[in-house]
Amino acid sequence: MYDTIIIGAGMSGLAAGIRLAHYDQKVCILERHYTIGGLNSFYRMNGRDYDVGLHAVTNFTEKGARKGPLARILRQLRFKWDDFSLSPQKGSRVVFPSANLRFDNDLDLLRSEVAREFPGQIDNFESLIARIVDYDDLDQEAFEISGRQVLNSTITEPLLIEMILCPLMWYGNADSHDMAWGQFCIMFRSIFFEGFARPYKGVRLILKNLVKRYRGLGGELKLRHGVSKIHVDNGHATTVELDNGETIEGKRILSSAGSLETMRLCSDVSAPDTTKAGAMTFIESISVLDREPSKIGNDDTIVFYNDSDKFNWHPPTDDYCDTRTGVICSPNNYVYADEDGKLADGILRITTIADYQRWNDLPDDDYARAKLKWYDRSVESSVRFTPDFRPYVIDTDLFTPKTIRRFTWHDNGAVYGAPEKKLDGTTHLDNLFLCGTDQGYVGIIGAMMSGISMANLHCLKP
Amino acid sequence: MVPTEIRQAIIDILADIAPDEDLTNLNDDQSFRDQMELDSMDFLDIVMELRKRYRVQVPEEDYSNLDSMASTVSYLTPKMVAVV
Repeated sequence: MYDTIIIGAGMSGLAAGIRLAHYDQKVCILERHYTIGGLNSFYRMNGRDYDVGLHAVTNFTEKGARKGPLARILRQLRFKWDDFSLSPQKGSRVVFPSANLRFDNDLDLLRSEVAREFPGQIDNFESLIARIVDYDDLDQEAFEISGRQVLNSTITEPLLIEMILCPLMWYGNADSHDMAWGQFCIMFRSIFFEGFARPYKGVRLILKNLVKRYRGLGGELKLRHGVSKIHVDNGHATTVELDNGETIEGKRILSSAGSLETMRLCSDVSAPDTTKAGAMTFIESISVLDREPSKIGNDDTIVFYNDSDKFNWHPPTDDYCDTRTGVICSPNNYVYADEDGKLADGILRITTIADYQRWNDLPDDDYARAKLKWYDRSVESSVRFTPDFRPYVIDTDLFTPKTIRRFTWHDNGAVYGAPEKKLDGTTHLDNLFLCGTDQGYVGIIGAMMSGISMANLHCLKP
Repeated sequence: MVPTEIRQAIIDILADIAPDEDLTNLNDDQSFRDQMELDSMDFLDIVMELRKRYRVQVPEEDYSNLDSMASTVSYLTPKMVAVV
C-alpha cells in the first residue's frame, strides 16, 4: 500500500514525488512512456541530443534572488541555485510587420522599446504593469476574467495589445484567441518580470537532478507502467489498474495526466466531456546548422513572429498547420558560462501551430511526407523574420502533435492542457487530485510549482 | 535539548531549506521573513521538519511564534526539553 501514487513522471509528478518522499511517504510514480519528462523530455537521434518542450526556462531569476517561483521551488525541493545551472538569454524579440519589440531579463528594455515604438502608450503600459503586480494568484474569480477585456481597457493601441499577447499565448495559453487574465498575469511575470534561461546541457540536466533526488529519498519510479483504470468505490479511489493488468493500492492519487484524461480513467465516469479538451498544439521544425546562428547575424534567443497586425491564435481550420505565426528559438543564444563553452552544433527550432486530428489521421507514408513538406513551409515562413539559415542546414527533424501526444498522453497533444484550469486540484473523488498543466501552472518552473503545491495541499497536511 | 542546541537544530533546518543562504550572520531578533524572505510554504516546512526530525508538533495557531530565531527558540524550549 502506497501513501501516494503519482500518475506521470513529468516535471510536476517528479517534484511532487520529491516532496512526499522527503517527508517519508511511500511513493510510486507511474509513467506510461519509456522515458521521463512528459512534455519536457529529450531524445537522441543521429548522435545528437534534442529537447522536446524546452525553448527556455521561464521564471528565471539570478542567483541570490529570494523571491519568485524559481527561488521558491529550489527551497521546497532543497536544491541549490547552481544545481539547475541556468544561463540567461542574450535577448529576444516580438516582431510584427510594422513593429519590433526587443526584450531581455530586465523589464526596462521592454519599457524603452514600448516607448520607442508606441510613444503614446507608455503610461498605459505602466498601468498594465501595475495591474499585473496587484493580481492575486489564488483568486479563481479574477483568474477567469477575459485577458483581452482587461487589455482593451488599459491599452488603446490594438497592435501593442496583439504584440504583448503573442509571446504570452505562445508560451502558455491553452485557450484560443483570448486568454484568462490570471494566466496572462502568470505568463507576463514569468517572461517579462523574470525571464528566460537554459541549462547548457538542456532539460535533461534538470530531469536528471530531479530523478536522482527522488530515488535517493526512496521514491519508486516505474516507466512503461501506464495506468488504465482508477477503481472507484463510493466517491473514493481504491486501486489503480495498469496497462499490464496489475493493480496497485494507494491511500491517495495525484494525477498529472490532465483533467479530462484522469476522468476517463475513473471507473465511475462513463463519458467524460471531451469538448473541454485543449486544442492548441504544434509542430516543431528543428534544424542543425554547420555554424553558430550568431555567425549568420542571428543573436536572438527567442523570436515570436506574426505576419500581420492581427495575432491569430487558434487551431488551423483547413490545413495541417498555420504558418502565419511562429516561434524561432536558438539554444546557442544563451550566455553560457566560460567553462561550458559553446554547444556542439548550431540549432534553430521553429514552432508552428498545428491541427492534431489531421496529423493523427495520416497513414505512415503520408505522415513522413507531410513532415518534410511542413518543415519546408514553416522554415520558409520563419526566415521572413530571421536571417535565412537554410544554406547551412546539415540535419533536420520535425516533431508533430502525434509525437507530443505520445510523450504527454494529453488529448489532441494539447501542449498547455485544457483551457479550464482547476486551481485547487480537487476532483469528484476525495482522494484523487490533479497537478500539472491542467491545475494551472505551465512551463518548467511552473510545472514543478504545481506538483509541489498540490503535494503540500492535499498529500502532506501536517 | 537546551536553547543553544535548539538554535543549532533550527539553523540546520534553515540550511537544508535554503542551501544558498549564508546563516553565519543571522540576526536572532529579526524575523526570518525580513532576513530571508521566507514565505508561508517555508514556515510550513520548518514545522514539518521539526516533526520529522524531533517529533515536535507545532499547532497552526502557534505558527506566529516562529517569527524570529529568538522567538522560535523560546517557544520550542519547553517542547524540546525532553528531546535528546
